[in-house]
Amino acid sequence: MSLPSGIFQESYGQDMAIFRTKLQWFLLLAFLVVLFTVPLYASDKILTVTTMIGISIISVLGLNILTGYCGQISLGHAGFMAVGGYVSAILTAKLGLPFLVALPCAGLAAGLVGIIFGLPSLKIKGFYLIMATVAAQFIVIWLILQFRDVTGGTDGISVPRPDLFGYVIQTKGAYFLLVMIIACLGTFFAKNIVRTRVGRAFIAIRDNDLAAEVMGVNLLSYKLLAFFIGCVYAGVAGSLLVNYFAFADTNMFPFGDSVWYLAMLIVGGMGSTTGAIFGVVSLKLLDEAMTLAGPALAAAFPDIAAQAAASLSLIMRGVVIAVFLIFEPRGLMHRWELFKAYFRRWPFSV
Amino acid sequence: MTFFLQLVITGFGLGMVYALIAIGFVIILKCSKAFNIAQGQFVMIGGYLGYTFLVSFHLPVWAAILAAIAVATLMGMLIERLMLRPLVGQSVLAIIMMTIALGTILDGIATLVWGGEYKAYHGALPTITLKVGDLSIPPETLIGIIVSIIVVVALMMLFRYAKIGLAMRATAEDEKVVQSAGIKVTTVYTISWIIACVVGVVSGIILGGVSGVMVSMSEVGMKAFAVVLLGGIDSIGGAIFAGIIIGILENVAAGYLDPLLPSGGGLANVFPFIVIIIVLIFKPHGLFGLRRIERI
Repeated sequence: MSLPSGIFQESYGQDMAIFRTKLQWFLLLAFLVVLFTVPLYASDKILTVTTMIGISIISVLGLNILTGYCGQISLGHAGFMAVGGYVSAILTAKLGLPFLVALPCAGLAAGLVGIIFGLPSLKIKGFYLIMATVAAQFIVIWLILQFRDVTGGTDGISVPRPDLFGYVIQTKGAYFLLVMIIACLGTFFAKNIVRTRVGRAFIAIRDNDLAAEVMGVNLLSYKLLAFFIGCVYAGVAGSLLVNYFAFADTNMFPFGDSVWYLAMLIVGGMGSTTGAIFGVVSLKLLDEAMTLAGPALAAAFPDIAAQAAASLSLIMRGVVIAVFLIFEPRGLMHRWELFKAYFRRWPFSV
Repeated sequence: MTFFLQLVITGFGLGMVYALIAIGFVIILKCSKAFNIAQGQFVMIGGYLGYTFLVSFHLPVWAAILAAIAVATLMGMLIERLMLRPLVGQSVLAIIMMTIALGTILDGIATLVWGGEYKAYHGALPTITLKVGDLSIPPETLIGIIVSIIVVVALMMLFRYAKIGLAMRATAEDEKVVQSAGIKVTTVYTISWIIACVVGVVSGIILGGVSGVMVSMSEVGMKAFAVVLLGGIDSIGGAIFAGIIIGILENVAAGYLDPLLPSGGGLANVFPFIVIIIVLIFKPHGLFGLRRIERI
């Protein structure tokens, strides 16, 4: 990372720090203050959108560790979220366990399921692995629908409001804070894990798995660990999603979402925690814009009013992915770096 | 026993159609090293095109199929030129995401143009039901078998005798050598996408004539992936063989096991994924696929 002129690093610790200038610390604190005071002045609509963005960020951070850092492409992330969501729903609604027990259990359960479907990853990669994870998505959803005694089948499960040491979260504002705390912790953990021995092993596997093995990286355990971590994030996100709606239903975890999470990663920039957040925020806002534009579109094309919004949002999703793949495969993060570099050298930038 | 044979025969016809869809996938993969996730969407578009030409325009069957093939050719050319050409040499993930994007766009277009509704054109295709003893061979099975055989023979002739077919086989071996021999690789890519589109659209017309068309029909592409993986990802013969196996197994499994499952089954829909997982764990290169050795 290049620093502004006049700032020098004197120790290894300083060189490795994530926040390296006073301005960065100030911006971080200001951002956190703004983030955690949003419920004081924001409307319900904004809180809903931002909570959804927070949940997606948690999920995509996991996908980024799995796909962006370890190179194991997963197109079944919504399926792993479904595991977490349903485990949490069953634990709180049927067994009466508190939310704070159900949330980690949801993460663990999704992680274990992730390990099961990650097992083929030792032998296969690329297209084969993508098919294995697509299969995971559909098999998970099918199993949930089959065991209707436990999961409620197509009827879904109603979930009680989450309860933190006796304080029941009722308002959207309180839930927003809960999601954002978990999202911040998740970001902190994700940002740091890739700087450890484990993270460097992941990157080695992504860049060339055979070379990594020769260097002494145990492929099986590290690939499974990547699946575990990625799916723990998915499970926690699924649990938060289910608790937000106080309802669990398989339609909340469609295959299209798995694709869209991967698209967020591509749009944001793979292999970068900040990029993942960029991608989620921009694509979620784009989704919201399409929802808002729905009535306008229906009015503009009265002949096809019924399907205009749905079909145009599908086409928009496809076009966004295609445009980014062709014109900026390194994602928004790369653009942001270029932007920062331009102004750091200004007025001598080229 | 009759029940079993009936299941096997219907499964056989279905399997031939799966094999047809899988062949489109294999041709693109062999020629341009692109994994085409949108093959199922080609089938769905084919079904809707069949509806438009047969029912809305009242064309005779042969004219409808020719018109659909013409549209498919145009579609293949556009897709290759606009979406896949810029990605030559990119990573597997980029190409797969591009074909997923293509699939999403085609889903959107189908919803826009045909309203995403269920459309049926039962009876527009010729219906001949053969009776052998107690067994009745339904028309879709017959048509599926006949059309699949015609397409496979046509493709075999193309790859053996036509100049472009030979160029495609050579490209599958080594692109650089082919280029230095004066063959335009980009033309080969375009032709392979056109063939995949045409094959997909034809199988879409067959399937649509049987069970009607809707946007979710593109999920049949998933079954084609199971077929491709079982048969070996780069083998056309393997695709045909695996298609028949999966068609029969799926039908028999659904026929016998569905009544035993707690909430009424739907095993036919999830069956391809179970096959995919089993194949990937035990025989990742499929029955007839080449095993590639990797070097650092």
